[in-house]
Amino acid sequence: MSEYIEHSPSGTSVGRVEKRFLTVAEADRPLTVESGRALGPVVLAYETYGQLSERADNAVLVLHALTGDSHAAGYYEPGDSKPGWWDLMIGPGKPIDTDRYYVICSNVVGGCMGSTGPSSTDPATGKPYGLTFPVITVGDMVQAQKRLVEHLGVSKLLSVVGGSMGGMQALEWSVRYPDMVRTAVPLATTTKHSALAIAFNEVARQAIMADPNWNGGNYYDGVPPAHGLAVGRMIGHITYLSDEAMRQKFDRRLQDRCENSFVLEEPDFQVESYLRYQGQKFVDRFDANSFLYITKAADYFNLEASHGCGSAVAAFAKAQCRYLVASFSSDWLYPTYQSRAMVQAMKKNGLDVSFVELEAKWGHDAFLLPNARLSGMIARFLDRALVDAAKEDARAL
Amino acid sequence: MRYDLSIIASWIEPGSTVLDLGCGSGDLLHILSVDKGVRGTGIEREEGKVSQGIEKGLSVLHGDINEEVADYPDGHFDYVILSQTLQQVYEPARLIREMLRVGKRGIVSFPNFAYYRIRGQLLFRGRAPVSRELPYEWYDTPNIRVITIRDFRRFCRKEGFAIEGETAVSTPHHHEKGAVVTFLPNLLATYGMFLLSRRGA
Repeated sequence: MSEYIEHSPSGTSVGRVEKRFLTVAEADRPLTVESGRALGPVVLAYETYGQLSERADNAVLVLHALTGDSHAAGYYEPGDSKPGWWDLMIGPGKPIDTDRYYVICSNVVGGCMGSTGPSSTDPATGKPYGLTFPVITVGDMVQAQKRLVEHLGVSKLLSVVGGSMGGMQALEWSVRYPDMVRTAVPLATTTKHSALAIAFNEVARQAIMADPNWNGGNYYDGVPPAHGLAVGRMIGHITYLSDEAMRQKFDRRLQDRCENSFVLEEPDFQVESYLRYQGQKFVDRFDANSFLYITKAADYFNLEASHGCGSAVAAFAKAQCRYLVASFSSDWLYPTYQSRAMVQAMKKNGLDVSFVELEAKWGHDAFLLPNARLSGMIARFLDRALVDAAKEDARAL
Repeated sequence: MRYDLSIIASWIEPGSTVLDLGCGSGDLLHILSVDKGVRGTGIEREEGKVSQGIEKGLSVLHGDINEEVADYPDGHFDYVILSQTLQQVYEPARLIREMLRVGKRGIVSFPNFAYYRIRGQLLFRGRAPVSRELPYEWYDTPNIRVITIRDFRRFCRKEGFAIEGETAVSTPHHHEKGAVVTFLPNLLATYGMFLLSRRGA
């Protein structure tokens, strides 16, 4: 998730939206997570935009990235400084057109934006879970979302759309619940983290755990490990950019000074100042333990291992949907070769897939930035999905 | 519609599945899907054209035709099209074999290098031919080989590709008007177009 949240150049805002909550699991109907524990109650924070059609065939599930939330579009209060994180893509007249589609976006389980996570109260103790919260996976996020989607009256999603870890969820949806997914749009994502991606996450986690305030995850009645979390976020931001993006954005320019300060603690360079600012901003809105759990879930994600005994071709043999896969040329966190590998496995199964590597200098962050080509493709891809769905329904009658 | 593409379209059965290698912005696939209910996939090298194809509602893959054709299961498509790209293909026999593996039939079209005007440039001017169909100088051409209709027939015999249909046409480059050439096609046609299948298939 990046700082580049802007209003869309086309379409209008979905307007005022409301965060809602659904209890998807209770103590007597728990969510059995992959690590083996039964979790309950589980609450998901979610938002919906647009209207579900009579045939319930126009639902698009939007899936957020690592540190995102359910607030994908619109604003809560008229004075909000920023709209939802994918406001440029979602709204009336926008590519994910809320005049035509019923858009659902939920915060993931393990998160800290209203869904049950390590900062939630453990009913057994009356205290925050902290590290007693079970380790969760992308599969667990998706099985929780399935309960939400069914509760909303949707048995088949028109599309599952997401970038980065949102793309992992889209892929997971498509092979875990193939009957419920008509199309999937995984963007700037992978079927499994590379060692490089795991390495960055591990350094970020170590930064948190090395902060004395972290205290083994028990900091909810004291001072949070703000410095560790900020450093973790700084590392993340490096991976979201690219060499070229950093050169263009900062190069070696100094921040508010003409000469080196020769003071070690001072942020001389603009890039230092930028990272510190991003780190600080993040600490105000994110829980350190959630960051540990969610980065671990992303590292554990391995579609091939969990659905294909190690084979991507076997994993995608379960899928039935049409795919639109896109990567970005300067993304070094999830490089194009990873998208090509998943496309290859889809093709070997005879699945209908489109793929494009978009030229973009902004690194991994590019999927959240305005891109006329990406917008055009998503708009038309969903449009065709809706037409195909209507045809299929007509045939079924 | 471009004349050469209209000939290709006339060979394709309604409701079939088609893979178009080097599909550009997807004009042919789009026409086939609208007019004949064809379910098409394209492969294209240029990002801008790929996104234009997807914006037409087509399925398009961004990549190299030689690599991308390889991943499909045997007989996955009814037709695989290679339209005016053969002159740029590094290993034509290998590519056409792959086309006939993933497709039940292959359609190949190319500019005919034995066209009389091309012969004339070499014969009378002593210079490497430059025509509307092959508009490049020797030093800036993306084309790595020259093909004549007669050579292609011979190549198919040698490689064991069965020629199920053959049309030679005279049409200006990317033009909507044209005519089928039946008299001395290797001399008078600007393009050769072949419908191929695996021998014995």
